[in-house]
Amino acid sequence: MWEPVIGLEIHAELSTSTKIFCGCSTEFGAEPNTLVCPVCSGMPGVLPRLNEAVAVYAVRLGLLLNCSINPNSVFDRKNYIYPDLPKSYQISQLYTPVCTDGKLEITSGGKTKIITIREIHIEEDAGKLIHDPLSGNTLMDFNRCGIPLVEIVTNPDFETAGEVAEFLENLKEILMYADICDCKMQEGSIRADINLSIRQKGGELGVRTEMKNLNSFKAIGRAVESETKRQTEIIESGGKITQETRRWDDNKQKSFSMRSKENANDYRYFPEPDMQPLIISDDMINGIKNTLPELGTQKRERYEKDWHIAKNDAEIITSHKNIATVFEELSEKSGSPSESANLITGEIMRLMNTHSIRPENLKVNCDKLSYLIKLEHSGKINGNSYKKTVAAVFKDNVEPDDYIMKHGLLMNSDNDAVSRAVKKVLSDNSVAADDYRNGKEKAFGFLMGAVMKELRGSGNPEIIRKSLTEILSNGDGRI
Amino acid sequence: MFDITALELSKAIKNKKYSVTEVTEAYIEKIRGNNNKYNTFITISADRALRQAEAVQKRIDSGENISALAGVPVSLKDNISTLDIETTCASKMLKGYVPVYNATAADRLEQAGMIVLGKMNMDEFAMGGSSETGALGTVKNPWDINRVAGGSSGGSAAGVAAGEIPLSLGSDTGGSIRQPCSFCSVTGIKPTYGAVSRYGLIAYASSLDQIGPIGKNADDCAALLSVISGKDGMDGTCTLEKPFDFKSETQTQKGIRIGIPRNYFNKELDDDVGNAVINAAKELEKTGAELEEFDMPLMDYAVEAYYIIACAEASSNLSRYDGIKYGYRSQKAQTLPEVYRFSRSEGFGLEVKRRIMLGSFVLSSGYYDAFYKKALHARSLIKNAYDSLFGRYDIILSPVAPTTAYKIGENISDPLKMYMGDIYTVSVNLAGLPAISLPCGFDRNKMPVGFQLIGAAFSENTLINAARIYQLNTEWHKNKFNTKQVYKKCGNR
Amino acid sequence: MLIDEKLIAYLEDLSYLYLTDNEKIRIAGDMEKILEGMARLSELGTDDIPVKPQCINELRKDTVTPSFDRNLILRNAPEKNNEMFISPKVQE
Repeated sequence: MWEPVIGLEIHAELSTSTKIFCGCSTEFGAEPNTLVCPVCSGMPGVLPRLNEAVAVYAVRLGLLLNCSINPNSVFDRKNYIYPDLPKSYQISQLYTPVCTDGKLEITSGGKTKIITIREIHIEEDAGKLIHDPLSGNTLMDFNRCGIPLVEIVTNPDFETAGEVAEFLENLKEILMYADICDCKMQEGSIRADINLSIRQKGGELGVRTEMKNLNSFKAIGRAVESETKRQTEIIESGGKITQETRRWDDNKQKSFSMRSKENANDYRYFPEPDMQPLIISDDMINGIKNTLPELGTQKRERYEKDWHIAKNDAEIITSHKNIATVFEELSEKSGSPSESANLITGEIMRLMNTHSIRPENLKVNCDKLSYLIKLEHSGKINGNSYKKTVAAVFKDNVEPDDYIMKHGLLMNSDNDAVSRAVKKVLSDNSVAADDYRNGKEKAFGFLMGAVMKELRGSGNPEIIRKSLTEILSNGDGRI
Repeated sequence: MFDITALELSKAIKNKKYSVTEVTEAYIEKIRGNNNKYNTFITISADRALRQAEAVQKRIDSGENISALAGVPVSLKDNISTLDIETTCASKMLKGYVPVYNATAADRLEQAGMIVLGKMNMDEFAMGGSSETGALGTVKNPWDINRVAGGSSGGSAAGVAAGEIPLSLGSDTGGSIRQPCSFCSVTGIKPTYGAVSRYGLIAYASSLDQIGPIGKNADDCAALLSVISGKDGMDGTCTLEKPFDFKSETQTQKGIRIGIPRNYFNKELDDDVGNAVINAAKELEKTGAELEEFDMPLMDYAVEAYYIIACAEASSNLSRYDGIKYGYRSQKAQTLPEVYRFSRSEGFGLEVKRRIMLGSFVLSSGYYDAFYKKALHARSLIKNAYDSLFGRYDIILSPVAPTTAYKIGENISDPLKMYMGDIYTVSVNLAGLPAISLPCGFDRNKMPVGFQLIGAAFSENTLINAARIYQLNTEWHKNKFNTKQVYKKCGNR
Repeated sequence: MLIDEKLIAYLEDLSYLYLTDNEKIRIAGDMEKILEGMARLSELGTDDIPVKPQCINELRKDTVTPSFDRNLILRNAPEKNNEMFISPKVQE
């Protein structure tokens, strides 16, 4: 039985403000070639200047993944010519990566497993090539040239696509909570390539292939399956696996051999003469250790332990750092973590869905929402009004008090007003009233709704219920 | 105004003897008047210079204390990027290339009120020792136009020698400032690696290149070095905290120990050159210095180690010239591989191609360990050797080149011979040390001889002091190619 | 050290050059002589040399500085449109 042996190479864009070797902005989506300078466009005579934040983020990641930090890591040039690479070499780290020998735990199929990480190194990203269908030419945009990357290389410890997915989830959570990478897969800020070979259980490792262009977890799953099958078929028919790079086409659900730059080149690596070694002192490491941000797992523990938030809710809240941040701010401002949790897992999640807002784009005014939580809690508005106003704040950032006033949403606990409304409704709806008196329970609900409507939704449900019940049974509804 | 030094010229401008515009116009006229006789200038930026002159005059008139070189015309080797002035590296590959940014050194010249008159001819991409490999023709030595001016900063050295420009910036990777200075009887400094920002210097070999001054004497060169040296946010390898300040002057060389590598004086060294260099040493001895002979270790490995490292770095630095982002693009090319290959093959000259091929070879897998890694090892040994030597000596004195300027075309077909001509200069670059090249005599053909003073890292002050004293007590540097009178003061003529 | 046709062709590929026949002969010949000299470096031992401690370089602060105007970035390109560099089609 042939089983797959899988290793991962993950490229994550660091969410620094500037590029790795120059001060150009790393902002996404700008007009082509508007975030470019002589350095990142490789003009003659330019030199790289390493961004301090890149070193900090790389060390932070290394610490969070239990790596050894190399106090003296050197940069190397990887030489090849390609239109998206302005200097015709990429500055990377081959011989002395900044972090080595780390690990990350995953839980897959009920078992925990440790995935070991061979290294993390720093490198720069290349530009974008755009095919121009009119002319048949290729157009080059250098905005992404010099975006800082870390490459995380695992050992071939994975045995299933499920484990790979689990690892990537955990890694993404760490990257996001540690403010290292925003993990926007659709913007390409995190990319994973898999290395796969097959072997008989307990047997020797086979020749491996590299698979690129995996843009979703599903694609990874399909690619693992497809490549395992492809290699098995070759071996079983007596053939040999060619070590190569393949490109996954999710539309065609197949992979294709990439016969270009990646295979043919001798990269002639040599130490980058324009850069001094990256020296990382113990002081620097301790400084970073002492300011490590709270991760998802730690937050979930804290929510459950300190605030008695249910496990499921905690998972929803921490599914994205943004949501957790909103939750914590709401909790602090409203003084009620459990109400804040309810609001988030309930209304906020629903509203995000309705308005197609992605977690990373979630922006709400926590001052206003926490005010609403307090209002509802103190009985000044009922559940309905609360939901309505929350929705209005979410969508249009309205002023809560204005909105409540405008729509008359203050909970009406005035007994007389309620009685009046009840009497009016009963007189307008004598049929329903009779139905109820004749035993139709459902009619009560209808009548409740009608009274609430009469009170423009601001009625205190308890008082309505009490009044309606009284008046119906007393027969006072009859004029 | 052509006979005085740059420092004297600036003083004269401040004393209102001349206006900046007058000086600028006079020099432009002189350059044009020479009608490219020596093929020194690639670009003359006259209009820009005149505008600059006006602006600088205003600054001086307003009482601004600019610098000791304010108002002085200057030129730059054509591998130093100048904003809006064509920068070609004497290569077809960059013909018509006009940088959109200024090299830091160029910026500092302008801030110091110097007037940029133009860009100087050189060996293509600074690869060569004779300024014959450039696409814009050979630079001719003013002392004998049938002979080379040296390289690769031949245009800068010849320009100063011909009186076309009082000061020029060159670059030195394996001797490219010092050797043309010795061939043309002018003074030049290769600063410590890391003393001057390389931002804007179109790279040949990143771990060896340095920009440096070329002028009529050590004082002028020191003043220019002060202007351009010091830390720069755009160059992480530029480590000199503050610009040099060469104010302190000594009158004596007493207590200075000068080491002379006796194994440099072998049969490859021309007798006349050797004698002139020894005489220079004796001059310094007269002023109080102690001389001592020693054997320079690793002499047989320096040139090889240098060329491996330089070609390796060059092959990588020059792979950005692809015909797409800037520079020459072949008209014949249709496909992308053709654009790359045709543009590069048509755009680069033979010497550049030779060094790129060599560089690719020593870095290629299978040969990296045997060549590149060994060269790095040799480099460390050479660095350590110099460190030891400078524990014993303050200055090492040596010839700059085994011969004086040879005839044009004589060596161009023998690259190995050309390379071996760098024997005295390359180890200084490998070790990242400073050196100053000074005129010290003439040979039997009346061609100039130079010698060099080498110092420990960032000991430019020691070197300049020694150079000053030497030039106070001798007059070799005052000789002009176009006068019959030959200044001497000791020596064998 | 023999510099044969195969090696020259390989180096041409790495260097992205097409040499003329003449150039090939000249360069191959030169390289042989030069590499002979360079091979002498193997005479030097291979003991590890202690690396002198580097001065700790200042890293650049992560503060945005203005990028260049697009026209300047494209100014020297032989082929371009208003926004981007143009190259012949890149084969995947």
